[in-house]
Amino acid sequence: MKKILMGLALALGMSSAVLAAGGPGIPMEKAPKRVNDMAALQNGAKLFVNYCLNCHSAGFMRYNRLRDIGLTDKQIQENLTFATEKIGDTMKASINPAQAKEWFGANPPDLTVIARSKAAHGHTGPDYIYTFLRTYYRDDTKATGWNNLAFPSVGMPNPLWELQGQRVATYETVESHGHETQVFKGFEQVTAGTLTPLQFDNAVGDLVAYLQWMGEPAQNTRVRVGVWVMIFLGLFALIAWRLNASFWKDVK
Amino acid sequence: MAEFKELPSDAPMAQKALNWVDNRFPLSKLFNEHMAEYYAPKNFNWWYIFGSLALLVLVIQIVTGIFLVMHYKPDAATAFASVEYIMRDVPWGWLIRYMHSTGASMFFVVVYLHMYRGLIYGSYRKPRELVWVFGCAIFLVLMAEAFMGYLLPWGQMSYWGAQVIVNLFSAIPFVGPDLALLIRGDFVVGDATLNRFFSFHVIAVPLVLLGLVVAHIIALHEVGSNNPDGVEIKANKDASGKPLDGIPFHPYYSVHDIFGVSLFLMVFSAIVFFAPEFGGYFLEFNNFIPADPLKTPPHIAPVWYFTPFYSMLRAITTEMMYVLVACVVLGALLGVLKAKINGLFKAVIVGAAVVVSALMLSIDAKFWGVVVMGGAVIILFFLPWLDNSQVKSIRYRPSWNKWLYLVFVINFFVLGYLGILPPSPVGERVSQVGTLFYFGFFLLMPWWSRLGEFKPVPARVTFKPH
Repeated sequence: MKKILMGLALALGMSSAVLAAGGPGIPMEKAPKRVNDMAALQNGAKLFVNYCLNCHSAGFMRYNRLRDIGLTDKQIQENLTFATEKIGDTMKASINPAQAKEWFGANPPDLTVIARSKAAHGHTGPDYIYTFLRTYYRDDTKATGWNNLAFPSVGMPNPLWELQGQRVATYETVESHGHETQVFKGFEQVTAGTLTPLQFDNAVGDLVAYLQWMGEPAQNTRVRVGVWVMIFLGLFALIAWRLNASFWKDVK
Repeated sequence: MAEFKELPSDAPMAQKALNWVDNRFPLSKLFNEHMAEYYAPKNFNWWYIFGSLALLVLVIQIVTGIFLVMHYKPDAATAFASVEYIMRDVPWGWLIRYMHSTGASMFFVVVYLHMYRGLIYGSYRKPRELVWVFGCAIFLVLMAEAFMGYLLPWGQMSYWGAQVIVNLFSAIPFVGPDLALLIRGDFVVGDATLNRFFSFHVIAVPLVLLGLVVAHIIALHEVGSNNPDGVEIKANKDASGKPLDGIPFHPYYSVHDIFGVSLFLMVFSAIVFFAPEFGGYFLEFNNFIPADPLKTPPHIAPVWYFTPFYSMLRAITTEMMYVLVACVVLGALLGVLKAKINGLFKAVIVGAAVVVSALMLSIDAKFWGVVVMGGAVIILFFLPWLDNSQVKSIRYRPSWNKWLYLVFVINFFVLGYLGILPPSPVGERVSQVGTLFYFGFFLLMPWWSRLGEFKPVPARVTFKPH
């Protein structure tokens, strides 16, 4: 029996190693949990509209849903929409899909549910995006002049470069088993951005929180309703348990 | 026909109304036959809740399904968007959709447990063969229902999962490619496929499912329920003809089930409200990307409830065919040497083995993989005639049987786990051993179920008052 169990454990261990090998090469950093934080979500919405929405649509997301994160219709209309758009419209990018394909090699994907689709076994979608947006670096061998650690040879140039500034990746040569390999060491700042690194991480955290919220705007309601449902069912189960006991006490 | 009954004119209104109906429709008769005077064994344990729960989940699926169809668009161009519309713009649409997606997985959880209960307590044995056969048919139809429903959100996994499974049919010799074309209605999974799967998912298959559920329950109520002791309660009746160990289903098991339902709904709601994706197993992450016929995902796996069978499909490689041929030859040899049948039948066995081996070596292993996957479900139908044990319940079978059933369960889980993972050399070997064990368990049952020392079965059920 012990042998069988050990064999099983070994088989499971090996197969999960194979599974892990399929993902991106770098460990994902944990995104801060701010999906309940209205100020962070509002800042994230602003960043999303300013830095993402030019090329990426959120085709299933209506502007007026932003009421859920504490914005008024007036605020949404004046600060977040273009002049021609109505508050009930969905968030559509103005980029021409044919041109986008020519410029970047692929159409910028819709971002409505991106935070849900980027999840994998081992990390959440927000973790991935949080890591991805913070691992851009300058790479002159690429057509756009940008590369990314989480998504090597990505088609999108760094959308937040004004905020972050420009960085290059540095590598060190490590010798192991007689082979010399290049291992990523860290980033080196080349030009400063408008934000400090700490402020930048914070801004990306807000943006990721917004993307997470946008993936499922009902999620906070869902949890809130869920608590009441569980309390109700708890009481219901208690009554059902006693009802059952009172019927069965005479069964011999 | 029942006699027309007249009540005195001063009888209460409700009684008169019921009498009016009863004279025209057997309402009280049906209620008594299936509820108030249906005698169920009093020694049911918690394993016996899953039948009622399966019925509950069926109702949840039908009711939430009705509301989903009001907003869903079975059109390749708008299907994905309509699901997001339900999740965002339809009031409480997210709740309906999550109940339906969680319900799909929970249906299989409940049905697997329900089937396992039948397996360990011998509920498929005479006279309940048809109850079991109808149940297996329900399982098969449920798989079709789930598979077709999974295409509807039109995400990447929906699309490529359907593509892979429908392509399996094209492995059937001669008719395969045309059959796959007939199922898809196109050369690849497309709008035509989505529309016909929608039609099957919302009307055709549910109709069959409901009919089978009714047949399952009618057959059960005809023969009466089995119980953990495997004792026939109808063998001991009191003067009025009621089973001594039986108890009216209503109210005793209806209150029992209400309690069980309340516990089940807590689990169900915890998933719906706090973890609707269930870690990517109930709603797969890739399915939040719209279907793209030009972009094959690196790893395609079916939803968890199909993975044990998918593992068995992948286990059948060209190498594995030699093992299977060896099994056929060995089986034929045993039949010829051991079975007490006349020479003509033995010649038939040898002839059949030669033909089957030749076919197994000449037709592509992919086809046999499909046969194995289908066979893994079909073999369940034959369980009543494979089991030669003297007793029904595991309680009175030889003690080592418990270990055998435990290994069977572990094996099923391992196969399921491997089916989620991408193919690997180690996984392939393990799943091949697992497949042989799964089929060995059933095909060798006529032999092993007779072995060992059986324990004495009591004349009456064992029951401890609560």
